[in-house]
Amino acid sequence: MAIIERPSAPATVPAIPSASLGALKRPVTTQHGWRSWLFTVDHKKLGIMYGATALFFFVVGGLEAVLIRLQLALPDGRVLNADLYNQMFTMHATTMVFLFVMPMVSAFANYFIPLQVGARDVAFPRINAFGFWAFLFGGIFLNLAWFLGGAADGGWFMYAPNSGPVFSPSHGVDFWALGLQITGIASLTGAVNLIVTVLNMRAPGMSLMKMPVFTWMATVVQFLLLFAMPVITVALFLLMFQRNFGATFFDVAAGADPLLWQHLFWIFGHPEVYILILPSFGIISEVLPVFSRKPLFGYPFVVFSGAAIGFVGWGVWAHHMFASGLGPVSVAVFSVATMAIAVPTGVKVVNWTMTLWGGKLQFTVAMKFAIALIVLFTVGGLSGVTHAVAPSDTQQTDTYYIVAHFHYVLFGGAIFGIFSGMYYWWPKMFGKLLSERIGNWNFWLMAIGMNLTFGPMHILGLQGQPRRMYIWTEARAGEGFFNLAFWNLVASIGSIILAVGVLFFFINVLVTARRGAQAPLDPWDARSLEWMTSNPPKEHNFDSIPTVGHLDEFFHRKYAEDHQSGEIRKVQGAEEILAEMERNKDAHIHMPSPSYWPIVLALGLPVIAFGLIYSIPVAIVGGLIVVLGCFGWAIEPSTARDEDVDPPAAPSTEVVRHG
Amino acid sequence: MAELVQEHGAQHGSTGISNIKLGMWLFLGSECLLFGGLISTYMLYRGRVGEGPTPMQVFDIPFTSVSSFVLLMSSLTMVLAVSAAAKADDRSTVLWLTVTALLGATFVGGQVYEFTAFYNEGLGFSTSLFASSFYVLTGFHGVHVTVGIIMLFALVAMVRRNRIPGSKSETVEMIGLYWHFVDIVWIVIFTLIYLIPV
Repeated sequence: MAIIERPSAPATVPAIPSASLGALKRPVTTQHGWRSWLFTVDHKKLGIMYGATALFFFVVGGLEAVLIRLQLALPDGRVLNADLYNQMFTMHATTMVFLFVMPMVSAFANYFIPLQVGARDVAFPRINAFGFWAFLFGGIFLNLAWFLGGAADGGWFMYAPNSGPVFSPSHGVDFWALGLQITGIASLTGAVNLIVTVLNMRAPGMSLMKMPVFTWMATVVQFLLLFAMPVITVALFLLMFQRNFGATFFDVAAGADPLLWQHLFWIFGHPEVYILILPSFGIISEVLPVFSRKPLFGYPFVVFSGAAIGFVGWGVWAHHMFASGLGPVSVAVFSVATMAIAVPTGVKVVNWTMTLWGGKLQFTVAMKFAIALIVLFTVGGLSGVTHAVAPSDTQQTDTYYIVAHFHYVLFGGAIFGIFSGMYYWWPKMFGKLLSERIGNWNFWLMAIGMNLTFGPMHILGLQGQPRRMYIWTEARAGEGFFNLAFWNLVASIGSIILAVGVLFFFINVLVTARRGAQAPLDPWDARSLEWMTSNPPKEHNFDSIPTVGHLDEFFHRKYAEDHQSGEIRKVQGAEEILAEMERNKDAHIHMPSPSYWPIVLALGLPVIAFGLIYSIPVAIVGGLIVVLGCFGWAIEPSTARDEDVDPPAAPSTEVVRHG
Repeated sequence: MAELVQEHGAQHGSTGISNIKLGMWLFLGSECLLFGGLISTYMLYRGRVGEGPTPMQVFDIPFTSVSSFVLLMSSLTMVLAVSAAAKADDRSTVLWLTVTALLGATFVGGQVYEFTAFYNEGLGFSTSLFASSFYVLTGFHGVHVTVGIIMLFALVAMVRRNRIPGSKSETVEMIGLYWHFVDIVWIVIFTLIYLIPV
């Protein structure tokens, strides 16, 4: 039922069902305080909630990483025991991938896709709210395992037999499988919602090839999610049936094929890495042109190479499995496909470099993160190509070389892109500019810390240090340049510097919130539609929906070419453009009313999951909550009535509430 | 009203397809991969019967053919419901939606009977890899049909009480898409599981 978003009737057909059915009253947005967040369906509030939750999990995952590095800093580490160490690296990866980068992308996509395509909200606002709550409850559920007998400990790709009861006797893996199932539901609903928004709700005149690159990349990612999430769903269900209901899908002793899990996981897992990185590519494709004072070089190439990555990304999963004995033909095919996917990625790097070339570069913190992304991602991309060469990959499999590679692409790529977006869009979201001075500390410490942490891992890995080993001894550390003790210590010191760098970001947020001055309307002289509204945007985003004539519409409204001299001159500023939009504002703007049901429906999911682990009757209660939530959702009035207003609304609301 | 048209369900956006229908199409695209994964698992394991009964020992092909026929007929009645909804004929809509739901319920009832019979013949859920993957695949399909039945009955209630604002036929059509999808998946599953000998 969740897919039914109740359409609202045009004004000529009165929307009938507003009889107040007790609990089925629909709340109104004039609510203040916590209720205005708990029951909101506003894409901007949900975006901020996604972001805040994701940053919280970033700290959790970061602390796990620091503990891992402390354990490995010196020989015979005593910070963690072997069991706790296994839980730590499993949950570090799971947290960073599923609870930080993915929801952070959801935060930006939720907040900025409607703004960038000139819409007032997403296609299904209530499903949007449900997605956030499902993610939040799934994330909490995943981490509850820490307090209930130990977290998952089989590594983030949870190969059999590590995932089985023999090697993982605690409930950790059960919490992991069911928690990811819940966050997966969140991703799936988000994907459907955002794709429909992009395909159906663009402002007049905005053809697909006039969409900002971030929206493009985020849309490609939603398609990847749409088709990748069901595959991991199947894998996780099979795992659950094996652990809780006696099936033997991955039990080799019972005649099962261990490669089944690996295939299912990586058919999801490889598109997943593009799910993590493509939005950051989109973000820096917005940031680089703005701070180079130039249009993006080769916009169609950037868009199509992103789409190409989205397609080819489905044909390379088995390069994660070269060491599993797939046979020469499979290995050759996946090897070539993996090399091929480097091409569209390389195209993007060239486009970004050419965007910088000859531009009037402004080295703001956002720009520094973006340029660092190009450099660090290229380093990670090159070590990635070495994995495409199967014989070389066989040598590197399960060593720190792999760890170095994916941290360069995920930390140097995805996370640097996210931070670039943070500095770039902060004034849009909160109306205040983050401090550039603290931001520079933030950037440089993160850049230095990241290279000190992950750079040495290339050396460690090529020397054969296996990933996931929890202890090492002085006696076997080697000598000279390749002394493992030295490089492990460097990596651990680097991780502390990195953590301090991240700390500066949070200091920056606090300082800005307390003392930051109001940001100007258009602080960066930006180019795209999301800047054609106030900071932060009004609840209905735009006073009048703009008609789009160009890629970089905002830029084209601000600047015009002088026909005589051929010079580009500024003809009007953001203030004039906004004033004009306000003069022509739409008479009746209907925004969706908040709803109680998304959070109720989402709350049922972890209850079901608890029940599946501990006691079936609890699961039935959870199922009842879900069914109740679905029906409440389906028959709730399409709009809040005046007498439902609680507390009573201000007498004159400019914006009419409507389903 | 241009903004309203853009923001909500039943109206048509840039693609010419309404939001709710486009959303359902996307969701069904995702469902293809879900069943793809389950079917692959079954195809990998269908020969691995261990000590347990083989597929041909337990399958009652005439019985399952009949229940499959019932399910396929429900697609016909679903089409009639969509057509009635398009003509704003609420009485026929309610009638055909109810018939569709009942046919679907007959199919699910047949599946429950079949599972019980298989269990009594010694094919428990964890008897063999074949058994587990068979129950998971057909069980997931059965759950999809059941969800469809709940949606159909909810739709009946909403049509009767006139609780669907906007275009009713659009909503009926969207549920119809889901229903037809579940039927088509069954054709694939029936062919692969029952008709192709191991």
